[in-house]
Amino acid sequence: MTKRPFPFSAIVGQDDMKRAMILTAIDPGIGGVLVFGDRGTGKSTAVRALAALLPPITAIVGCPVNAEQHEDCPDWAENVTRKKQKCPTPVIDLPLGATEDRVVGALDIERALTRGEKAFEPGLLARANRGYLYIDEVNLLEDHIVDLLLDVAQSGENVVEREGLSIRHPARFVLVGSGNPEEGELRPQLLDRFGLSVEVRSPQDVAQRIEVIKRRDAFETDTSAFLEVYDKQDAKIRRAILAARKALPNIETPDAILADCAELCIALGSDGLRGELTLLRTARALAAYEKAKVLTRSHLSRIAPIALSHRLRRDPLDEAGSTTRVTRTVEAVLA
Amino acid sequence: MSAESWQNAALALRLLALDPQGLGGAVIKMRASPARDAVLAQFSSTERVRKLPTTISDEQLFGGLDLAATLAAGHVTTSSGFFDTSCIALIPMAERCDESLAAKLCHLTDAGQSDGIVALDEGIERNERVPDSLADRLAFHIAPEGRMPDNWATPASNSDGVSVSIAEAQIQLTVLAVRFGISSLRAPLLALNTARVHARLHGRSDLTSADVETAAKLVYPHRATQMPETDDDTAPPPPSESDDTPSPQNEGEVENLTDTDMLVDAVTALLPDGVLKGLAAAGTNRRSNGNGAGQKRTSNRRGRPLPSRPGRLDGTSRIDLIATLRAAAPWQPMRQAQQPERTGLLIRPSDIRLKRYAQHSDRLLIFSVDASGSAAVSRLGEAKGAIELLLADAYASRDHVALIAFRGTEAELLLPPTRSLVQTKRRLSAMPGGGGTPLAAGLQSAMELAEQSQGRGLSPTIVVLTDGRANIALDGAANRTQAAADAHTVARAIRVRGTKSLVIDMSNRPQRALEDLGRAMDGAYIALPRADAQRVTGAVTAALGG
Repeated sequence: MTKRPFPFSAIVGQDDMKRAMILTAIDPGIGGVLVFGDRGTGKSTAVRALAALLPPITAIVGCPVNAEQHEDCPDWAENVTRKKQKCPTPVIDLPLGATEDRVVGALDIERALTRGEKAFEPGLLARANRGYLYIDEVNLLEDHIVDLLLDVAQSGENVVEREGLSIRHPARFVLVGSGNPEEGELRPQLLDRFGLSVEVRSPQDVAQRIEVIKRRDAFETDTSAFLEVYDKQDAKIRRAILAARKALPNIETPDAILADCAELCIALGSDGLRGELTLLRTARALAAYEKAKVLTRSHLSRIAPIALSHRLRRDPLDEAGSTTRVTRTVEAVLA
Repeated sequence: MSAESWQNAALALRLLALDPQGLGGAVIKMRASPARDAVLAQFSSTERVRKLPTTISDEQLFGGLDLAATLAAGHVTTSSGFFDTSCIALIPMAERCDESLAAKLCHLTDAGQSDGIVALDEGIERNERVPDSLADRLAFHIAPEGRMPDNWATPASNSDGVSVSIAEAQIQLTVLAVRFGISSLRAPLLALNTARVHARLHGRSDLTSADVETAAKLVYPHRATQMPETDDDTAPPPPSESDDTPSPQNEGEVENLTDTDMLVDAVTALLPDGVLKGLAAAGTNRRSNGNGAGQKRTSNRRGRPLPSRPGRLDGTSRIDLIATLRAAAPWQPMRQAQQPERTGLLIRPSDIRLKRYAQHSDRLLIFSVDASGSAAVSRLGEAKGAIELLLADAYASRDHVALIAFRGTEAELLLPPTRSLVQTKRRLSAMPGGGGTPLAAGLQSAMELAEQSQGRGLSPTIVVLTDGRANIALDGAANRTQAAADAHTVARAIRVRGTKSLVIDMSNRPQRALEDLGRAMDGAYIALPRADAQRVTGAVTAALGG
């Protein structure tokens, strides 16, 4: 038995987290969200709510990797039709302790045992193609799975060479990770791979906390009535996302903003160019979401903390935290 | 109080039996005993309970391919997951439950698939306990005190109280949670559910103040991280807490605040004794449980099972029979066609899968820091700097860190082994100085911690920072000669145990005695006055690597 997820729009506060998720929905190329924070702050709730919120995608019926065009279907796939259908954006849960077989795919045991045929059974990475891969407690994930995910997330392709199989298929997905930093830290290599990183705290305002309790309780006691109210608001966000996706290619990016981006990243000393690229993409997505035509410094400065804070050379002994450092630098550079 | 705690335990279990799913479950902190059996008997008589061992595999927990049945039937047969049949999971020795199992259980609880979890916590040490992420989702924490009274199972007489609306109950419980410094929002939700179930237990459809009070009493005390300030208390809140949680008096818009005072008293009466003590030590009872899950070494002999890997049987590893059969199964028709004379399964070396186990074998740096008056005068600041340097190094190599400070007459474990360096830094900078130098006590508690952590699979290294002017003996007497002798005794004990060690001399002039101490411990010795950053790091690296 699975419950319907708590509606996205009913989540009280946590605006950074919600915004980051919406932005990756607008431009999946941003590359994933990492949500780090205390227990009981609605991390898991928000990610699961995202599934219901996202607009549906068009995919070939029977295609194991949800390909949009028939020619994009991998050649090993069987039962692929020419029909297309709308289906919800896949949000795949990667459970902790998932075996390598489950993640990358493996020999289809059923067919191997019963018919003696060698066939590939796609894993979670195939199912997550064109969608989201959600890892709860990402910081506790086993190392060899993390390495594997890194590799696939970067190349956008899953290559399986095992058990006499040689298979490849596209695996372009947005990683969404959540975790509690007190239970273990994440390796910097994986950290950098996430486009945005958000820190969440439980709301400190009593009125806000009461609101959270009220909504959650209403959701649990009378789910359908509650959903009726918030489904409409969810639909509104969905429409805004679709409109933003359309507007995204037409956002004008002045050269001065590009210079700002570069200057900001240099000032912060972030490694590599991924910081600049993500900053720019995210800022453009924000501009599109806010129906702006031209990218401005205001977009940039609002995005900088979530796009850059996890890319700084980590100073574990810095009390202030990297978000503060980013904010300070943004103020200095864009002053 | 002890009788009441038993009654509360009985009540909590009765409520849990009514709505195990809505309440998540309970942590029962009791050692195995007839009393615990009695508590459990009380509970299991009402509901189906199944044991969930902490070593449960994913196939058993989530369900998966049932290989034996599949082979027999010729078509895929899946085994059902643990929670596919409705039952309450009883986790014996839940303090050994690791973070990844906790995460899976949390996932099942969040998805509404679990029907309640009862974790039997038999932990003795402070950091032996049910993972916080799991405990957070379970409503009750049952830890009855004292001898079990005869009539414990009979409920205390309970007045109904005045009627309370749901909205009022929500506000009261949330405000109350804030006042006790409970940051997780699951607590008020669980309390609200508890109140509802309690009302149902008494055959009421509406909530009353008695329900709300009971809920607060059962759900909040073990989660509290601070004492609420009462309204007539004009003293400013302690600064360490005030930045975490705004004092509720400032929240003018929240009504019903006075209503919660009665509840505050009810919860306060049940607060465990240790809580307030722990709070005084800057909230050490929370946020200090970094057990460093995640970094594990894979070994093939012991530990928790991991997914198996292809490999060769070389006498040191053990075969994973099921995985091997699984690897061999698809090839059987082909191999049989090749070797028709052979009967039975045809297994080739390439099919062999080996068992792997995860074993904690992380390194642990135990800093035993002299915070005595003489050290504070000389170079405590620089010593802190040196530690920070080492911390940065430890961070890079993902080591665990523990911090012990010794001053006055005894040593204190400021930070149990953790990988959160931010926390170590915070603890370190807040470390006060002053008092005598109980060097032997500092060494001893470092040694004990090293031994303990070795038992948990960590490989500890002791780093002692002192100015060497030991003047307090092990028994707390101010006696220089005895103190020095004791320190040497402990140092030799460390050497016997083979624990790697390092002595950093932070006195103004290098002490001969400390060099001797280092030798007695068979550890490296460096004098801070002549040591630059490079040398300290180098020495520690050598000590760690050697």
